[in-house]
Parts: sequence; structure tokens; C-alpha cells
Amino acid sequence: MMEILITGIVLGGTYALIAVGLTLQYGVARIMNLANGENLVFACFGAFWLWSTLAINPVLGVIFIAPVAFVLNWLIYVYALRPLVNRARNRGQLEVDSILATFGLMFIAQGVMLLGFGGGYYNYNFLSEPITILGANYGLNRIVALGAAAFIAAALYLFLNHTRYGTAIRAVAVDPTAAGLVAIDVPRASAFAFALGGALTAASGALLSTFYTFNASMGTLFTMKALIIVIMGGVGDVRGAVIAALLLGITETAVASLIDPGLTLAATYALFILVLLFRPQGIFGRHPA
Amino acid sequence: MTPLLATVTRKEARIALFGAAALAVAATLPLFDTGFYLSLALNVAMYVVLCTAWTLFSGPTHYISLASAAFFGIGTYSVALGIDTLPFPLLVAVGFVASAALAGLVGIATLRLSGVYFVIFTLGLAELVRQVVTWAQTNFTHGVGLYVFTDFTETHIYWMLLALAAIVYVTGWLVNRSRLGFALRIIGNDETVARHVGIDTARAKVLLFMISGGFIGIVGACLAPRFAYVEPPSAFNPMISFQVVIMALLGGTGRLWAPLLGVIPFTILFDQVSAYFPNHTSLVIGIAFMAVVYLLPRGVIGFVDDMRRLKKRFRIVLVEDEGALGKERAS
Amino acid sequence: MKRRTLLKTAAGTMLAAGMATGLMAGSAFAQDTIKIGASAPKTGPLAGGAAVTYWPAVQLWVHDVNERGGIDVGGKKMKVELIEYDDKTSNEEAIKNYQRLATVDKVDFVIPPYGTGINLAVAPIIAKNGYPHIAVTAVADGLEEFVKRWPNTFWTLGTSQGMAQGIVDLLKKMKDDGTINNKLALVSVADAFGIEMSKTAKPAFEAAGFDIVYETSYPLTQQDFAPIISAAKNAGPDSFVAFSYPPDTFGLTQQATIADLPIKAYYTGVATAFPAFAQANGAAAEGVLGIGGVNADDPKIQDFIKRQKEVTGVEPDYWASPVQYASLQVLEQAITAAGSLDKQAVIKAIGDSTFDTIMGEWKFENNIITKFWTAGQWQGGHFKGVASTGLPGEVPIILKKGWK
Repeated sequence: MMEILITGIVLGGTYALIAVGLTLQYGVARIMNLANGENLVFACFGAFWLWSTLAINPVLGVIFIAPVAFVLNWLIYVYALRPLVNRARNRGQLEVDSILATFGLMFIAQGVMLLGFGGGYYNYNFLSEPITILGANYGLNRIVALGAAAFIAAALYLFLNHTRYGTAIRAVAVDPTAAGLVAIDVPRASAFAFALGGALTAASGALLSTFYTFNASMGTLFTMKALIIVIMGGVGDVRGAVIAALLLGITETAVASLIDPGLTLAATYALFILVLLFRPQGIFGRHPA
Repeated sequence: MTPLLATVTRKEARIALFGAAALAVAATLPLFDTGFYLSLALNVAMYVVLCTAWTLFSGPTHYISLASAAFFGIGTYSVALGIDTLPFPLLVAVGFVASAALAGLVGIATLRLSGVYFVIFTLGLAELVRQVVTWAQTNFTHGVGLYVFTDFTETHIYWMLLALAAIVYVTGWLVNRSRLGFALRIIGNDETVARHVGIDTARAKVLLFMISGGFIGIVGACLAPRFAYVEPPSAFNPMISFQVVIMALLGGTGRLWAPLLGVIPFTILFDQVSAYFPNHTSLVIGIAFMAVVYLLPRGVIGFVDDMRRLKKRFRIVLVEDEGALGKERAS
Repeated sequence: MKRRTLLKTAAGTMLAAGMATGLMAGSAFAQDTIKIGASAPKTGPLAGGAAVTYWPAVQLWVHDVNERGGIDVGGKKMKVELIEYDDKTSNEEAIKNYQRLATVDKVDFVIPPYGTGINLAVAPIIAKNGYPHIAVTAVADGLEEFVKRWPNTFWTLGTSQGMAQGIVDLLKKMKDDGTINNKLALVSVADAFGIEMSKTAKPAFEAAGFDIVYETSYPLTQQDFAPIISAAKNAGPDSFVAFSYPPDTFGLTQQATIADLPIKAYYTGVATAFPAFAQANGAAAEGVLGIGGVNADDPKIQDFIKRQKEVTGVEPDYWASPVQYASLQVLEQAITAAGSLDKQAVIKAIGDSTFDTIMGEWKFENNIITKFWTAGQWQGGHFKGVASTGLPGEVPIILKKGWK
């Protein structure tokens, strides 16, 4: 029983990593980024490349990968997405446009990765040694990822709730128009949130690459997971996303151990649907004003 | 029937005649080519029906559904499971009823959701159905794949889809002029207003979602014989849901025939890309996609409207120009 | 005026283009190349497998044939021109691609796609256009039925029946020798491949006296296997058999390494024979059993591996890659045997002749190759065939001793 719980939490940590970047991108910048998974896989390839050519280990690699992703995502937001934000007359319009645009972006990212790395599977060995907790073995790389997830979530939470700029970002998440009225530079805050979200996703990708097998076409899988977690947690709420991710990890592990591993994905979606039925705005979501 | 026909305006009659003629022309295609162009036309016809059926619901309500793959797969499976025991038309009917029933359930469950929640919910639903079907097949039947052996050729399937397209258009027209259609347009504009004027918004949305889902199920049923071998990854392929949304949105959802403007050019464009850039399909399609989003902000229909307006203006400019030219010559 | 010149130029260009097409069509009568079309995933879920097994083998073959001066057709050497399409792992796309190859590109022959489902789905279209369909990466049962309906189809990689029986017999022998006990864990991916294999293997294991202490399936695209491995570990079997697919084969093995699964025979499915498997698992790969295998000591196979790496830069897998190449050798030799590009004659030649391939001598029995590798094992950095349905070169099996 304890083993199920720990395995579930470790898995939940992985999921939290996948989703936390999208929470910012969707919650604050209002971009439903369908290319989120590609961003993550890009970072997997980046970490792999650093490791295999320069022997830089993936945990250190984050120091290189995250800033690069930050800049790239900033540029993407400013040049590709801001025109959409400016021309959208309402939230619905922006949602439709951002789905279409990031869908295109997803294809472009896949195309670039296919050109660079081909379609084959990649994985490598890093910290895949066992570590014993309460009599059961866990992969060290996954525990590292769990620790990183906890760190990232806590840092983000502190940043959003206890700094001036963080508060500004939360204000934009709640109501961009009102935020603009109180002298917050909304376009800049949005771009920053989008770029930060992208950097977090990339950092997660680098960590996940130590234990996931990946290829150029695999991004969609991560996007789907992230979307589910973000929606389940309540849009733009870091706590909600983390709790949703843990809930998902534990549910999947429990279903796999106690019922049937064939039903794990079905359980994911069933849980998601149940949450939405009883809390249509997500676990921590507020009803829109 | 007479009262209905009597209310048809001259413009509507003209559109109907034009539509019927276009369908008739399209139906002669297999007489000229039963090879690649038929295959391509079949894909076009398939997406025309899918996108139009999708627009039936999503056009007026602005709800973006990603559940098309679920309805499509259920239709396919209705045929695949029963092909050895029941006649094909009956199975198509089963596909319709089963998909519509699922749509009804989803509709009842998700009415409270709006915007992106509904989008992701329907995506999750499609995946859930696929996982459950896979699991059920794994545990209760032999193998995951089902053979569908029939004597239908692509020509037959193509004709079936064209007929279905006609039915969907007529249904859409009937819905539009009915109380239901009127109610939906009000919902689409402002749901609160709709509720205040005494429209049962829930009932209206569920009904329309069922009609839309049912038609998508029929498309799946009609296509089952094309594949000979049916398995969950192909029947419930999530790309179907995405492509339907994207082509419909690119065409525009304001009018019933607008998705046509998305489907035809984009099926052909995608096809050309895969023919000429087999190693870079993703990249080229992605770039084409972004270009369309930026250059045609209101879908192809928006572009068409703009062109019409431009043409009008152009005519005026032309007349003025000629006047100017005349002056020049005179001097 | 300017506009008119532009129009003229455009018209001229079009005319020239038209003439060029006309010329090309004209040259088709005095054909001196053979057009061969291929469609398989370059994107989508199956692209990863196709990038290892399908495309490089096809490219190497085209390269080899053209380097030799072409295929001998009735005494005349004809070079091969390859036309490739991406089916995006979608049945509709694949059907359309073969239609295009047949009726627009008018290719002389086609190379069937990658993956069981897509192979079965395009069979009617390939048959309708009269091409021989030499399927490789398709493992299914009920092939006899299929062949009756489409006699132009040929199946080279084996049947799921045979593959499953291969591992059952192997483990039974070890059990009878007393090297492993009768407890077994059986895991499969919930996809056509995994299910067909486990449906066949389960009764066979039971008949062989095995006690299946843990049995389960998991969904396609799963990446986390801690619950499965720990449940299997708790059940305490000596043998672990997983009919798995590419990403999961890696995931299962990594988890087994981490959990230090105490096992004497460990078997995984597709991708165990990929070179990436050894790279990813290092020393832990030693002693891992997997589906497929090659005669690792055969100089022809060694030559194939070496040259594919040189020519395409991609290392082949130790199972289906050489079979993919061999299937193309069959096509080549059948064209030569038929002495023409007549599809019907070539189909007949494929069914009747004996072929000299890198996989050894091949002869189709009722359109199916009945001698194939069923299981291999990583031994000293090479994946060597340990069980087959009557092929030479099987090496003795070793016990799995730990994961370090």
C-alpha cells in the first residue's frame, strides 16, 4: 500500500513537471499551447545532445536549456502570438486562434526535430540506478525529477504569491483589462509568463529525458497529459495543477496495481471527467466574474 | 410537405438546385477515374460530411468539440462487429443510434462546461472511449483487429458519402429554419439572454449535438469497408478530431456550406505537400497553417466575403479609372 | 503592355512544361528505369519503428541495385527509381498514397507499408492494382484466410502463432532441464500485436506446464511500469515474458533494472532487437531475450549490418531489417526470373521460385515464409538468434544473471 502511494507520488511529480509550464502559458498568457509537448521533447533532445556530445549531465544541462527555451518562447510569443492577442475581439476568438496557431507551431517543431534527429527512438542512461525507500526500489532519476518538481512548484508559488512582479502576473491571470488599468504592463507580463512557462516545460523535458524514451513524434502525448492536468487543477493555479498531477499519479498507480494496468489511461480520463462534472472550474478554479 | 415547400424562397430554391447540380457532377467522378483522384475525392467527401456535421452543432453554439473521433470510431465499430451477421444498412443505422446516444449522454453531462473546458473534456472523452474499447477487446474477444470483408468498392463508398452530404445539408437547412435553429442562434449570441427568453438551452444543445454526433457516426460506418481491417488506433485516431476542427475553422463556421471552403482546398493542399515534400510534410504543413491563420483571420469564408466587397469597390474604381483615362486621352 | 508580356511568358512556360511532360511520357515507352513506390510512416506513432527498420533497408537496397547497374529484366539492366511517401501512420493516408503510386506515378512495383494494421488495410488497394504485396513488418494470424482472398500477398516475418510458440518451446526446454521453475509472468501491450501473441502464448504456456502467476496488459504509449514490475516481482516467477512495443520495451527493462527483478529468463517484444536497446541498457541488456533475431555469425548478415551503417548512417535492427532487405531481394530476383515487368508474371515467380537472400534460402509455402527467427538474446553486445522454426545458426541460450 505504501509502495503504491510512493510510486504514485513519484509519477505525480513527473506529471506536475509536464503540466506546470502550461499552467502559466494558458492561465496568464491565455494561450492554449498545443505545442507544449513539442517544447518538452525539444528539451529532451537538447539534454540528450549535451550529454552525448559534451558530456554535460542533464541536471546541469537545465542551466543551459531553460534560458534558451525562455528566449525562444519569448520570441514566439512576441512575433507569432501577440498579433493574435491584439486582433482577438474576445476570449473565445483568442482561444480559437491560439489553438490553430499553436497547432501549426506543433507541426513546425515536429518537422524541425525530424530534420535534426530523424524519426527513431532515443534514450540514454543517467542515474537509472535503484534507490531504496521503505524496502522498495525506485529509480534515482525519477526521485531527482520528483525533487525538482517540488522545488519548481514551490519556487513558482513563492514567486507568484510573495513578490511584486508575481502579484502583477496573477492580476493579469485574473483580469487582463483590470490589470492594465492599475498600471501593469499587461503585454510584457503576458510575454514573460509565456516565456517562463516555456522555460519550465523545457527544464522538465531535460529531467524527463533521463528516464523516458522519446522520439520526434511523441510531443502530443505530453500535451494531452498537460492539458488534462491544467484543466483539472483550475486554469492558472499552480497548487491546483500540482494536486491534480499527484491525484492522477496515485490514481493511475492504484488502478494499475489493484485493478488492471490496461485501464490506467481509461482511469485518467474517467477521473478527469468526474472532476469536471463535480467541479466544472477545476479543483481550485474560480467561477469567472 | 406542401406547407414546407411553399415556404421555400426563390433564393433557397436556387441554392438547392445549384447544390443538387454540384452533387450530380461530383457523383460522375468515378466514371472518369477510379484510381487516385477517386481516393482523394473520397477523402474530401469524408471531411466535407464530418466538418459540416460538426459545424451543425459547433457553428451556432461556438462549442468546439474534439469528440469526433469517438463518434467516428463507434460508427466504424458498429459495422466491424456486425458485418458477418447483419445487413450493412442496418449496421449504419446502429452506428447512427449508438453515436447519437453517446452524444446525448455527453451533452447532458457537459452542458455546464463552457469554453476550453468543453474542448478538453471532449478530447478526454474520445480517448476514454478508445481505451475502454481496446480494453474490452483485449479481455473479452480474440484479438484487437476486426476484418471487414465486403464487396463495396471505393466508388460505392464515395457515392454513399455524397448522398450523406446531401442529407446533412438538408438537415442543416431544416434545423436552421426550425425553432431549434432559432433557439441555437440566440444561445450562440448570448446564453443568458436565451435562458431569459424561456429557451430550454439544455434541450436544444443536446438535441443538436446528438444529430451532429449521429452523422459523424454514419461517416465512420460508411468508411469501415474501406479499411478491411479495423483496430482502435485507426478507428479512434485523434487526428480525425483535430483535422475536422481545423478544416471547419479554416473554412469558417458561420454558414452551413462554409466548411466546404476549408475542406476542399486544404485536403488538396495537404495532399500536394505530402506528394512533393514527403520528408518535410510536418514542416511545410505547419508553415502553411501559420500562414493561413495570419492571412485569413476569419477563415476562407471571411476572405471570400472580403473579395466580394473588394470586387464591388473595384468596379467602382474601374469606372472612375476609365473616366480618368478618357480625360488623359482628351488632353 | 507589360501585363500581356507576362501572360505570354506564363503561357510559354506552361507550354514548355506540357511538352516536357509529354516527352517524359514518351520516354516511358522506351523504359530504362523501374519505378518503385514506397509508403510508410515518417511521422506519427509508428514513425520511430519505421525509421529503424523500414526506410534504411529500402534505401540500402535501392543503392545496392543501382550500384550493380540495375535489375536484370530479360537480359537488360534497368535501374531503380524510388518514390517515397509518408503515410503519417494513418490508414486513409496510406490507401491514398498507394492509389497515387499506382494511378498517378504509375509505378511498376510497390513496397508495402510498415505495421500490421496498415499492411492489412492497404492490401485491397494493392491487389486491385495487380501488384505483388510482399509484407514484412506484419505479424498476424489468420494469414491463410487472407492469402486465399488476396493471392498476391506474401508474408515474410512469420506468424504470431509461430513467434509465440518459439518462446514457449524455449522456456519449456529450460524448465524441463531444471534451470528455471514453472512460475511465469505474462505481460502484453493492448494492441493488435500484444494481444494476438498473448492469446496464442497463454494456452501454450499452460499446456507446457507453466503456472502463470501474474498476467496483465497495459495501454499503448504507456511509459511508466513500476506497478507492473513490482507486481511481477511479488509474484516471484523465474520467467518474465512481455509482448511489448517500442517505447514500452525500453520502459519495462529500465524498471526491471531499477527494481532488480530477480529473474532467470526475461523476454520483451518489438525493439529488443534494436541497437538502441543495447545502448540504453548497457550491461543490463546482457541475457535479455527478445522477439526476432538473426544468425549473428552469418557473414551475409554481418556484411548487411556493416553496409547499412555505411550507406544510410542508421544501424539496422537484428530482426526485421534484414528481412525487409531480403523481401526486396525477392522482388528483384522475381523480376529477373519473370524476365519482364509484368506484374502477374512476377507474382507467379515469387510464389514459385527459390530465392537467395541475406536471410538464407527462401521459398514461399502458400505465400508464407515458414522458416523464421522466433527469439534472440543479447549476448556479449550482439543480439543473436536462439530459436527459430528450422533455420541454421541458433546459439545456445544463457541464463539472465542480474542487471549489472
